[in-house]
Amino acid sequence: MSARVGIVLFPGTNCEHDVAWAVDHLGGSAELLWHGERGLHGADAVVIPGGFAHGDYLRTGAIARFSPVMEAVATFATAGGPVVGICNGFQVLTEAGLLPGALQKNTGLKFLCETVECRVETTTTVLTNQAQRGTVLRLPINHFEGNYVCDDATLDRLRADDRIVARYVRNPNGSLDSIAGVCNEGRNVVGLMPHPERASDTLIGSADGAVLLRSLLTAASDRVAVAS
Amino acid sequence: MARFEARVDITHLPGILDPQGATVERSLPALGYDNVSEVRVGKSIRLVVEASDESAARAQVDEMCRRLLANPVIEAYEIDLSELSST
Repeated sequence: MSARVGIVLFPGTNCEHDVAWAVDHLGGSAELLWHGERGLHGADAVVIPGGFAHGDYLRTGAIARFSPVMEAVATFATAGGPVVGICNGFQVLTEAGLLPGALQKNTGLKFLCETVECRVETTTTVLTNQAQRGTVLRLPINHFEGNYVCDDATLDRLRADDRIVARYVRNPNGSLDSIAGVCNEGRNVVGLMPHPERASDTLIGSADGAVLLRSLLTAASDRVAVAS
Repeated sequence: MARFEARVDITHLPGILDPQGATVERSLPALGYDNVSEVRVGKSIRLVVEASDESAARAQVDEMCRRLLANPVIEAYEIDLSELSST
């Protein structure tokens, strides 16, 4: 049975179908989860996709954490379930307290929409277990608030615990330590600003993101295997 | 119970980028105001809270700031509180 990936849909989310297509394309089984639902429909992994959840009111990602589905996501994450936030989803996870730090506006004060190079820094996370450390991936970014920031103590801890999942080869947005993605202590919650789903087939310009989504499907399948 | 109006002034922490402030600062010289610097654009939130006294009201607004109204990782806030006369 293929791994079931729940994709959370808030009002204002706009990358859910891209993620669903990529998940199905790579052999998984995608299911959209409306934010007003309280359960995850038995999903083996959860993706919080990009967009503008709740219109980015107050701050990007700030209101999304109050959606009923987020309580189920938090419980799932605490139990070790694979959870990945992409772009706005990364912002939602930081605001929800599931990942440290915050995403501030880009240095240069521009909305960035381009393909960038990212280096995989660790392979012991739910998003990178099929990748090689040091591999450079070409992935699209599409954000205004992608400039990762946290206090010095948090950065020290992220470095010491090998929790910086990916770094930009050439920092496009001013991110602290060129951080493109981080994970939680359990390494089962990952936030990433670039969009792997938009690089999941050569037909759309790059298939470099496929290895990340395949990693997520692997983590989800492993979880199924353990549970059964 | 008394009613207190709270005005919460939210600004970026030092070192956090403020594109709106930067853009406004670049615009003012075009109108001849070339002696302006350090423009920061923040947020102002007003609300009315019912509480037993001012310190209880302030404690609650402060908690709401930390939990939702501001993000302490990137934002600072100031609370201005005034009691509303009972009607």
